[in-house]
Order: sequence, then C-alpha cells, then structure tokens
Amino acid sequence: MNRTAVTKVQRALVAGSALLLLAGCHQDMWNQPKAKAQSKSDLIFADGSNTRGTIPGTVAFGEAKLDREFYTGLDKDNHLIKEFPVAVDEALLKRGQERFRIFCTPCHGEQGNGKGFIASRGFTQARPVGNYHTDRLRNMPVGHFFDVITNGYGTMYPYRARITPMDRWAIVAYIRVLQEAHYSDIGTIPASERTRLEGMKADPGQDSPPELPIGAPPDRMLNSPGGAVREVPLGRRAGPGQVVPSAPVPAGRGTVQPVQGGIER
Amino acid sequence: MANLFKPSANSAAKVSLLSLAGLPVVLFFTGSQISRSSANTGVENPLSQPIPFSHQHHAYELGIDCRYCHTGVERTGYAGLPQTETCMSCHSQIWTNSPLLEPVRKSYETGEPIKWALVNKVPEFVYFNHSIHVNRGVSCNNCHGPIQKMHITYKGRNLHMSWCLQCHSKPEEYLYSDEKNPDLTPRQQVFNFYLKLQTDPNGQQMGPQEQQLALGNEQRTTVKDLVARGNELLKQRGVKKAQLQDCAVCHH
Repeated sequence: MNRTAVTKVQRALVAGSALLLLAGCHQDMWNQPKAKAQSKSDLIFADGSNTRGTIPGTVAFGEAKLDREFYTGLDKDNHLIKEFPVAVDEALLKRGQERFRIFCTPCHGEQGNGKGFIASRGFTQARPVGNYHTDRLRNMPVGHFFDVITNGYGTMYPYRARITPMDRWAIVAYIRVLQEAHYSDIGTIPASERTRLEGMKADPGQDSPPELPIGAPPDRMLNSPGGAVREVPLGRRAGPGQVVPSAPVPAGRGTVQPVQGGIER
Repeated sequence: MANLFKPSANSAAKVSLLSLAGLPVVLFFTGSQISRSSANTGVENPLSQPIPFSHQHHAYELGIDCRYCHTGVERTGYAGLPQTETCMSCHSQIWTNSPLLEPVRKSYETGEPIKWALVNKVPEFVYFNHSIHVNRGVSCNNCHGPIQKMHITYKGRNLHMSWCLQCHSKPEEYLYSDEKNPDLTPRQQVFNFYLKLQTDPNGQQMGPQEQQLALGNEQRTTVKDLVARGNELLKQRGVKKAQLQDCAVCHH
C-alpha cells in the first residue's frame, strides 16, 4: 500500500467521522422521555394522559386526611360543624379575602350578594346565585360553606381541586366577615374608619351590573343556531363609580364573526 | 497570445476573494437572524387551538383573576392549565349551546382532556419554576407578553437562554414595587396589576415599570433611581444575585 493511498483513506475516514458528528444533533435532551405535568403520554396510559386520578378507596402517600372536620366540614355523625377547626386570625381573614376575590367574586360578587360579574352575564338557573345575606345562609353552620366549596351545590361546581382545604376555611371565615359587615351598624365602626368609608364612592360597576331587561332570552341562546337575537348592555368590571361598556354582543342567527387572531368562529 | 483576462478581472478577483472571506460572517449573521426570527421561535404567532380561547376576553374584559384557572402558579413550578371542570364552572350556564365550546362539553362528558397546542416551552433540560418568579414580583407579562391583549394566545418572548440571562444578570433592573400599594406582597402586586388594568388599560397612572408591562414590554428600567430601588428590593425579597447565573439554578 503506497503512502498516498493511505492518506486518501485517512481523509475519507476523517470526513466520514465529521459527518457522524452531524448524526449527534438530535433533540432528545430537548424532549426527554419523561412525564411532565399535564403532558401527553402515548406510551404509558391508554387515555393519553400522564396524570392519574386517585383510585377510589386508596390514599396517596402523605395525603391521609385523618382530620375529618378539617377536610370535610362534617363531624363524626355527619353533621355540619359549627366551629372553625382552624384558628381564625387576621392573617387567615386576609388570605380568605384574597382567595374569595379570585374564586368567588365572579358569581357571588365582592359583597357576596350573588351579583357577580359573570353571574350577571346570563346565569339563568331557576335558583339565583347564592346571596350570603339571606337568613338561611346567615344561620348556616360554617361546615355548610366548606362543604359547598368542596363538593359544589346546585349548579355550582366543586372547587376542591382548585382551592386547598386551608384556603377553603379562610374563604369561609371571610364569608362570615361579609355577613357580619352587611348588617353591622355604622355606629359600631371606629370614627376614623367611618370618615374613610364615607369618603368612598359607591361602586356600581362591581356589584350592580346592568340588569337584564325583562323578558330577555337566556344568554345560552345568544348567537347560536336558532337562537334569539338580543342586545343587552353588558358592563365589564370597573373601578369606583364607573361602568365601562364593552363591545356590543354580536347578534344574529349563527352569524360567522371573525375573531382577531385569524381564527374564524 | 492575447490576454485571457481583461484588466477588470483584477477587481473581480479581489471582490470575490473578499466576498469569500466575508461569507462566514454573512452566514453566521443569517443563521443567527433565522434562529431569532419568529418563524423559528414562534413569537407572536397565534397557534390553532381546539377552542379559540381569548385571554383578552376572560382576563381583561371580564376581569377573571389569572389564578382562577392557573391555580398552581403561586405555589408550584408549573402554572397549570385548568381542568375541564373549571371551564364548565361557568360554561355549564353561559354559552351552553355554542358550537365553539363543543370540545369542552365533550371533554367533560368523556373525561378525556382537551388537547391544547403548547404555546410556551423551554427545553426539558431547563427547570423553570413559575412560583419563585411570581413570589419575587416578576409579572406574568414580563415573560408572556401582553396577555391582556391576546385573543388567541401567542408566545410573547423567544425564551432563549440569552433572554433569560438579561434578568438573571441584572435583576435590579427588573424588580419594582408598586409604591401606591405598599401593603401588597410582591406576589399580590403581580396579580393586582391586572385588576388595575381594568380601569387603566395603558398604565398611565402606574409606575414606569408597570406601564411598560401594560404596553407589552418587559418590566425593565435603566433609570438610576429605579435601579437603586431594585437593588433594595433584591435584599428585601431575598434574591441572591450572585447565584442567579449559576448553571444549576436552571439546569439541575
């Protein structure tokens, strides 16, 4: 074998191995064979989901819910509990207020009167959204509110998957604050706070959205095939003393309305 | 024998030699531009989704809190997409006949999840954690763009490592405090911003950094006083700047 030929072979090898380097460019560190939250799984489970629900009759590790009152709002005889199973302090109330504003105000409103900004847009169930200031709910034991948040009630869906038990108790505590505040006498409020409150304007945008006109067809008929046409002024959530009108609802029998973003309805 | 090349061939030769030398630069530049283009990164490119969900409508026009649906964002690494139950909490009552919502109803009936197209993704060797960012006062808009203006959700930033490092190298330029609401924790400040947008959509009454967020930009500033304030906030919020660029912070 002469010298030149060897060099050619070597060159070919070097060039070949350089090409092999390209084969090293792959995506399996970017897309690793692991299950991430809510990602799709084609290999492991038939339904294509990585997440497993709890199997009935089993307890996930570290999630034994031994404190029945805390986790269900019921005592051992299945009666709604009347006392909070947690210490109620200012921190809990503040937390409750925050969580209430996230999860409850859409339907129940900031004041808990059942006139939330979503419910007012066309909830048409036979029974109106719960108003905490009725005698029935004012006399309900705290366990009732916890149970309703956990398991739902009427058309209200369960919130146990979205709100932790501690936060649920915080919300219940805040509901009690709303109930107390709704009927409290202005005279019981310290003078300094009273001046501050009197200086504040009423907030019609928040809790008193425009009422639906009498005889308005239910919202579910809006813009759907065979649905009725209606034009209702819809107010969106607004700051003190202000109702911001949103765009008029597109009306028509199954009309096609282009949506910004290039996708057609 | 006549000359094969005219004198102008000298210039042509020089130009082609120079071009050859310049070629790597041009290729590098083109490559980097392609890599940064939205054709590659998907920035501002709305994806087709099974349901044309509008963040602008739900989060801004209606005013539903981010956390109503993204329940994990404050306490887990993954913000979480809402389960179908969350959609049905309202849509069992509103728009119940809408053909657009058929996939939601079907999912609720069958228990099969809605298959959304993934908008934001970092490589899987990156361990991004939503909760730590939200709890230190990094707004959703800082990384996701102007969510309150998105009808169909699109990717707001390219999420390149160099982009992450802008903030991880100079966090003091990003941290801000809502001075009008000093009682709010950094976490509460993040979500209160969206409540304020309801009455102040362009952020005209907000601080300079929140105003940038309202416009869809990052919460970054180079104003000296604000950067000094950012440095104070680093200490207050326990951000260890020296560690922020360690490899293991994101690649653990």
